[in-house]
Parts: sequence; C-alpha cells; structure tokens
Amino acid sequence: MKFTIKVWRQNGPKDKGRFETYPLDGIDDDMSFLEMIDVLNQNLLTEKKDPVTFDHDCREGICGMCSMYINGTPHGPEKATTTCQLHMRSFKDGDTITIEPWRAKAFPVIKDLMVDRSAFDRIIQAGGYISINTGNAIDANAIPIEKDLSNEAMNAAVCIGCGACVASCKNSSAMLFLSAKVSHLNLLPQGKAEAKRRVNSMMKAHDSEGFGACTNTGACHAVCPKEISLTNIARLNREYIGASLTSEKE
Amino acid sequence: MTRLVSKTPEGPLADKWTNYKSKVNLVAPNNKRRIDVIVVGSGLAGASAAATMGELGYNVKCFCFQDSPRRAHSIAAQGGINAAKNYQNDGDSVYRLFYDTIKGGDYRSRESNVHRLAEASVQIIDQCAAQGVPFAREYGGLLANRSFGGVQVSRTFYARGQTGQQLLIGAYSALSRQIAAGTVEMYNRHEMLDVVVVDGKARGIIARNLVTGEIERHSAHAVVLATGGYGNVFFLSTNAMGSNVTAAWKAHKKGAYFANPCFTQIHPTCIPVSGGFQSKLTLMSESLRNDGRVWVPKRKEDCGKDPLSIKEEDRDYYLERIYPAFGNLVPRDVASRAAKYVCDEGRGVGKTGYAVYLDFSSAIKRLGEDTIRERYGNLFSMYERITDENPYKVPMRIFPAVHYTMGGLWVDYELSTTVPGLYAVGEANFSDHGANRLGASALMQGLADGYFVLPYTIGSYLSGEIRTGEISSDHPAFDKAEQEVKDRLQKLLSIQGDRTVDDFHMALGKIMWDKCGMARNAEGLKQAISEIQALREEFWSNVFIPGDASGTNVELEKAGRVADFLELGELMCRDALDRNESCGGHFREEYRTEEGEAARNDADYTYVAAWEYGGKPNEPNLHKEELVFDNVELKTRSYK
Amino acid sequence: MNWITEFFTSTIGKKVIMSLTGLFLCLFLLIHLVGNLQLLLNDGGAAFNAYSEMMSKNPFIKAVSFILYFSILLHTVRGILLWQQNRAARGGVGYAVKKANDASFASRNMALLGSLMFIFIAIHMAQFWYQFKFGDVASGSIAPYDKIATAFEVPWIAILYVVAQIAIAFHLWHGFQSAFQTLGLNHSKYTPMVKGLGYVFSILVPLGFAIIPLKFLLG
Repeated sequence: MKFTIKVWRQNGPKDKGRFETYPLDGIDDDMSFLEMIDVLNQNLLTEKKDPVTFDHDCREGICGMCSMYINGTPHGPEKATTTCQLHMRSFKDGDTITIEPWRAKAFPVIKDLMVDRSAFDRIIQAGGYISINTGNAIDANAIPIEKDLSNEAMNAAVCIGCGACVASCKNSSAMLFLSAKVSHLNLLPQGKAEAKRRVNSMMKAHDSEGFGACTNTGACHAVCPKEISLTNIARLNREYIGASLTSEKE
Repeated sequence: MTRLVSKTPEGPLADKWTNYKSKVNLVAPNNKRRIDVIVVGSGLAGASAAATMGELGYNVKCFCFQDSPRRAHSIAAQGGINAAKNYQNDGDSVYRLFYDTIKGGDYRSRESNVHRLAEASVQIIDQCAAQGVPFAREYGGLLANRSFGGVQVSRTFYARGQTGQQLLIGAYSALSRQIAAGTVEMYNRHEMLDVVVVDGKARGIIARNLVTGEIERHSAHAVVLATGGYGNVFFLSTNAMGSNVTAAWKAHKKGAYFANPCFTQIHPTCIPVSGGFQSKLTLMSESLRNDGRVWVPKRKEDCGKDPLSIKEEDRDYYLERIYPAFGNLVPRDVASRAAKYVCDEGRGVGKTGYAVYLDFSSAIKRLGEDTIRERYGNLFSMYERITDENPYKVPMRIFPAVHYTMGGLWVDYELSTTVPGLYAVGEANFSDHGANRLGASALMQGLADGYFVLPYTIGSYLSGEIRTGEISSDHPAFDKAEQEVKDRLQKLLSIQGDRTVDDFHMALGKIMWDKCGMARNAEGLKQAISEIQALREEFWSNVFIPGDASGTNVELEKAGRVADFLELGELMCRDALDRNESCGGHFREEYRTEEGEAARNDADYTYVAAWEYGGKPNEPNLHKEELVFDNVELKTRSYK
Repeated sequence: MNWITEFFTSTIGKKVIMSLTGLFLCLFLLIHLVGNLQLLLNDGGAAFNAYSEMMSKNPFIKAVSFILYFSILLHTVRGILLWQQNRAARGGVGYAVKKANDASFASRNMALLGSLMFIFIAIHMAQFWYQFKFGDVASGSIAPYDKIATAFEVPWIAILYVVAQIAIAFHLWHGFQSAFQTLGLNHSKYTPMVKGLGYVFSILVPLGFAIIPLKFLLG
C-alpha cells in the first residue's frame, strides 16, 4: 500500500511547528498504524533526518500512551480502538493521512506528536485514591459488594488515561476522565468515606489545570477507546453538586 | 570477591518471615524523615514500594521513563493474581501455593523467599480490595476466583482481562496520594543511566531528563530498582516497546550480580508475526487452550492451503498425539517447544510459516458459538482486530513469544543486591520463580515485594544509616558517574554510522531467538556469543543517531538501551551454555530424556548462577548460590 | 473562598447555572406558548386581549417576570463567558483536519444558536414587550391582538419569527436533555424518557410559536 503522510513536526515546546508531508510506499495492510510510523521513521533515518517523535509503549491498547489525532479523530477511524491497535487495512491505498498531536491548553506539545499529559496525574493526586496505608486492610471478603455495582465501577475503572476525550472535546474538557475516576471510587463502599472530599478536590484540580466545561456533546464517549459511558459524567455532576451542598466543610 | 550470602533467617520455613519481621531493626519516625530512598520504576513493584515507603515516612524519589507512572508495563497483565486465600474451600493454603511455585519453577528458586511470597499473597488481596480494585465478584458480593495452568486449586483473583491494569491503578493511586502528601517526589520521563556507588554503597543515580536532555544527579541513602524484565533483548516480545535492561545492567556493571539470565519464559499463545516490520507481539490468555485444539497439516504441501479445506485425517493434532494425558493443556514451555519443532519441520502455517492453528470448531460444535463467545469473546475480538480474521469461522493462528524473564539481579532474602544499599524488586530480581513462572504469579510477586517485603527489609539497612546525614551529590563518585554517562551519550552520537538502532536491535533479537530461545544447544550458543560480539562491535562503529543530547531524542534513548542489550545477550548465552541441563524455560537440546523431554540435573545444577561483571562484557565471573531444599522433594515433571 | 462562590465558579457550578436557568426558560416558553395560542382563536382577539390585560396587571406575574429577565440575562452572560473559557481551554492551535463525530450539530453550536436567540429576543422585546409596556399598546391606542396581527402581516417579520423558531428548536434539542445531565439526573430507566420528552418539546413548542405568525401572514 502507498500513502501520503502529512504529519505535525515541532522541534520543541517553543517551536511554532508545521506540517511536513512524506510519501510512503511498501506498507502492508496487516501492519499496525504505529508500525507504519516506524517504517516512516526508518526511511527518515536512512536519509539522516530526524524521525517523528511520538508517545507509545505497550502497543496492545492498555497503557494509554499513544495519542495521535488521525484524519480528524483521536486514535483514528475505528471505534473503541487505540492508535496502536489500529491497522493499515482501515485505510485505502493511496490515502493521505493527516496526523496531529492532541490539542488542548492543558496538554502542551513537547515534540512533534508527543504532548505533556501530566495534568491528568495532578488530577489523580488531588484525590483519585482511597486513603489507606499499606497493611491496614481488613479481609477482602469482609465487605460484600453487589456484583452489578462492582461491574459498574469496573466499567469506569477501565479508563486508560490516554486523553482522547480531551482531544476530541471542543471545550477540551477532561470531564470524562475525571468522572471515570470519581465513579470508580465513589461507587464502591471502600471509597465512600471520602467521596465528598474526593469529588470536590478533584474537580478543583480539573479546573485549575485549565480544562474546559462539559457541554454534553458526547464527542468524548464517541472516541473513547474504552467506551467510558457519559452516565459517569452525570454521576460526577450529581456527586459534586451533592458534596457542595451537603459537605459540612466550607 | 563478594560471597553470596542469602541471609535466610533461621527457624522452620513457616516461621522464618515472622521471626525476621519481629527481629529486624527499625528506623524511628523522626529518623525516617532524614532518610532518602530512590525508587527506579513505577510498575507494580516500584509504585507499591515507593508508596509504602512514603507512607512510612521516608523521603522517596520515584523515577519512570514513561509520561506517567500509570503506564508501566505491569498494566498489560491480563489473567490475574494468585493468593492463598482458600475462599473456594478447595484445600488451598500458603504451603500449597509455596509448593506449586517451587515445583512450577522447576526447583531453581529459594525456598524461604517463595514461602514468604505465598504468605504475603493473602495480604495483597486485602490491600488491593481496600484500595478499590474492582475484582470480579459473585452474586453474593464476595470475590470470585478462577483456576490457572499448572495448579489444582482455584486461587486466581481477577478483574476481567485487565487485572494488571487495575492493580497498577491501585498502586498508582497509592503513589499519587503520597506525591500529594509530599513524601514522594515523582520524576516522569526520566531514565536512570547509572548507579552511583560511594565507598562501596549505592548512594544515588544519574538520570537523564528525557524532555530537556539534562543529566541529573540524585543522591539517597538507598536505591531500589524496580525496572522490570529484559525480554526485549529478543526485539520481539510481549513487553512494552520501552521495557529495557539498562538500569539493571548499569547496576550489574557497578557490582551487582546478575542471576540466571538464561531463564526466560516463552508464552505459547501469542498472535504470530505477520511481517518484517512487526514491532511487538500480543499475548492471548492461555485459557484459550481449554477449548481450542492445536494442529498443523500432516504434509508440508498443505501448509499454504485454506485450513478449512484440509481434511481431518490430514491434520496433525500434535499435542494430543505426543502428550495424550495433558493434550492441549501441557505447560507453557512444553507447548511452546512443540510448536517450534513442527514449524522447524516446515509444517508451520501462515504467511511466515511460523504459526500453528488453534482450532475452536469442535468446541463450537460441542458447546455452541454462544458459549464460546461468552468464554472468550473479548479475546476473539482482539484477535480479529489484529488479524482481520474471524476465529469463529477460521482457526486462529498462534505462535510462542517471549513473555517474562525469571532471571534478574541476584538478591538475598532482604532483596538486597550484592551492592550494599542497592535493592531489586519485582521482575527485575531473580528471586521467586526459579526457572519458570506460573501464570498469575508475576503480579503477586511485584506487589509482595513492594507492599510487604521491601518496606520491612530495607529498614535493616537504613537503620544503620540514621547517623549518615544527607548524602551529597558533590562527591567525586557522582562527578565520575555523570561524566561517564555524558561521554557515553556523546560517543553514541559521534558514531554517525549507517545502520539504525532498530536494525541492530532486530539483528540481536534474531540471534537470541534462534540460538538462545525456546531450545538451545552448546554449538548454537557459542555461535551466538561470537555473533553478538561482532554485532556489538559493529554497533559501536556504525550506528546512526540523529540530533544531539539536548532535548527529546528517542533514537538516543533507544541506542543506550540496545547497547546494554548487546552486552546482556552475551551473558544470557554464556549462562545458557554453562547450565548443562534442561529446566523450566531453559531447554538444552543435548539434555533430554529418552522421550525427548527436559532432563534436569539436580546433582550438578541445583544452584543459582550469579554472574559478576568482570570489567568487560565477555569476561563474567560465575558465583554459585547452592539451593537447599529442606521442605520439598525434587521431582521430575511429566505430562505424557 | 466561600463555598457558594466556589461552587458557582467551578465548571460544574457554571453549568448548573446554565441548566437551572435553561429549564426555567423552557417552562416559560411553554406558558408563553399556551397564552399566545389564544391568538389562534377566532374571537377577534377577545380572549388574547383579556389575557394580555391580566398579565400586565397581576402582581405575581410582575414579580415572576423580573426573575425571567434575570434568567435570560444570566443564561446569556454565563453562556458567553463559558464559551470564552472553553475556547481558551483549547489553546491557541486548532486541528487542521476535524471530522464530525457523534456529537450532534445542535450540541456543537449551542453558543451560536443561543446568540441568535438572544438577538431574536431583543428584536421581539423591542417590537412587542416594549410596546405592550410603554408604547402604543400601553397607551391604549391599539389593542394587543391588533398590534400582533398588523406586525405579522408584514412578510419579513413573520418569516424572521419562523426562522428564529428553528434556532430555538435546535437549541432545545440539545439543551433540554443536557440540562438534566448537568444536574446529574441520569438513570438508565428515566433518561430515555427525558430525552424523548426533550425532543418532543423542542419540536412542538417552536412549531406552536411558528404557527402564529404564519396564521396572520397567510390569513
């Protein structure tokens, strides 16, 4: 297969950046998208040029590191698929493929397609945990948890923190990410003790990182590789409103 | 020369850990505040160790090369985590888990460490459940279990097919809590490039900031390596692209012994290689072999044909034929080797001829497509996404792939390497899995080390450090280490040759896979050693790395890692050559029984091979830690 | 910061304001429509004129009307500020290629639709509300019904009103259900009903309003 690859190149955080176009031949349809980029990079290296920098690690759709905006969609055209699990058979021979980094004020570009997503870490640091020290746990079966509830928590917990939700949102809101974490922990009995504190504090962190507000367009859910549901955002809203109104603390 | 002292506590096996804990020296809270600990790596072992030590009050600095600690490759573990909870009332116990692990490891691990692992397993599940890990549950609300290969009880806890992810998120959240509390300082996108040893003790590291390119010094009273395994020496493996041996290798070069490097685990059910640019292999849960039948065509001529057109009598269900007792459910190493042999005979299928069929048609006929979908739906859709073939209609193609490395830095009972103050936890150490790891035990070991073992044992060393005061990073040893790191980066950049880093890595991977993979022999290993030496020489004169050391330079990062793999590869071959027996993941073709199975040599090789760096990659010195089995009887495995 | 200001300045709090004012405005639209549908009666405007009289005198209505004006302004100003904040969150550089995804046209263009509505409301209030309160209707020189009838006999005015209803319909199409989502009122059983109700509401209410000018225009 043959492609024209139009890719965002930016030397560093302060560089203005521009698109570069590279023709690419000899691509197999069984190759993954990132393997296609590997080939492109090997070609660039043979020409003694700087290869395209991009984030990737596990290449099996779970680490959440890969982050390409492909032909106008985060992670490309396939539903529920990360960039690393996308294959070239999803494209037509001769296609022009445009690849851009995630765009959001809270995700500044580091180099080429690599962006800084540490804002997500800081949101988790604000309360995305259950405050127990190692060694203090009671027997795991001491708290029975309704199977459906546990499943619902798991549905939220599968978030891989890739940031596609932010990338696709016209408001660069991280509400889907935030709501997945809050839902996971606030649904479970173990997480109830600090549920109010958690949602208040994580919400504050979300806002101070410069993410936008959710206007319920649903674009995030449409591109989420783990298909995190919008009901989580409703739950987040409910938890936050409830916590603000009922928390005894100012 | 350092003698290998395992520091195994006295007393009966079951009491060793309790006795140790009740006698180990402690560090008082006010002193902990004055002690710095560096943790390199943020997977299950690293994140849990950093978080727990932070909770205890130490000043912790944690490093990872990814953009967030949550991305460490522990996240990709699918199946589950073992624990001797006996919730199923099926006769499980700490002793049974200990015994299964020792036996599964083909009697090449240390009894005391494994028993401690089995003890800690129980606490891990409690800890993780309390952290909010959404383990699978029964309708009654209690935890569900499933069974895994090689054992007769149901002791595996799981969270769908994403157990590793959920456990890592648990450890990551505990770590995040400590970062917020200020006890842990996190350094993302940082790569450790050397250990600094001052007066014989590990006192810090040299790290490169992968964003700015800056070389940084970090000092501490102790350094913990939680940097995972070295499976990527094979280029193609189920490891993440960034997984590497660099941290462990630098430690090795600074005096830490490297144990049993030849013990690598090859997983039988992975999606086969599809082409020359394949970068990574994807594992599919072993559970598939419960209902799938493995076969290849009887005749070479049939290999290119549509599998559905090959008649039943022309198919060779080779596992069922050779191992009638266990059939398709033989252990990982046996299944992997059998696949290799049929492919070497030229009867492999698929584009490359390196694949065998895993056929569900008889299971679908027997149980119906719905049942199969219910059991394996997510795996089937993963397979279809990658290969574009519908496994309900066409048999899957599978092939073994490198998955886990049992070998690693030698550690004593306290998880200390041979360098005082330098510790290794998780897959980075060699300690618990012997020559072969059982399914669902890697997660258990990582968390046991990080949550429940290291935070105690490191106190034994740090209690002697309370009067040391702050470690200065101005010591000449730091100057020297930093200069060496900088020189090496400059050396790599200055070569400006013609071959890319990946090219060298692929060439190394091929040598390793062909000659130090599923089956090894003395002649092949000797060839491999000289081929690796030649490749290493070419690497240092002909590798091409663009750009400079300032700012992000991915090729430079990869080059440093491949340079270390090129040295490790040789050590693996030397270790494999030295071990004149077949055990676990190490199969020497010269050493097999009359039936062709692995022949262990307990009389001569019941030891841990701990290699000391001899100043050059080709001059390692072997030290042996004799393994003593007081509690289990050494037996031969048979699956026929 | 005081918890109230903290709540209302958080991104969720801001959306709660949008949601509550939005739902109140929906309620107003419904009542406004029910009243105005009297214009369709063939009674020469008797019923409507009487209704109009009542509305301008009733102290309760007067009080509520101030809440209404406030809501319109708050909804508009808050909406514009949110739009601005959300634009800033995008950062300076946009995407070169952007593919429409599952997000509906309405949901992606709420600010634009809202702005159009605000302009329409300004025109509408200048034309009728001001006249009813302070202009020729208030002075008694023309009956309310006649005021409306003459206005809508001018084709461009009638068409403007009909077109404005389209913008309102789109705004409601997303806004109605979105308001519930923002308040966290989501349930697998009831949310589909809320959505259905929202779609019916967003079609029927603007349709009802559109019939009025068309009636006068087409006679």
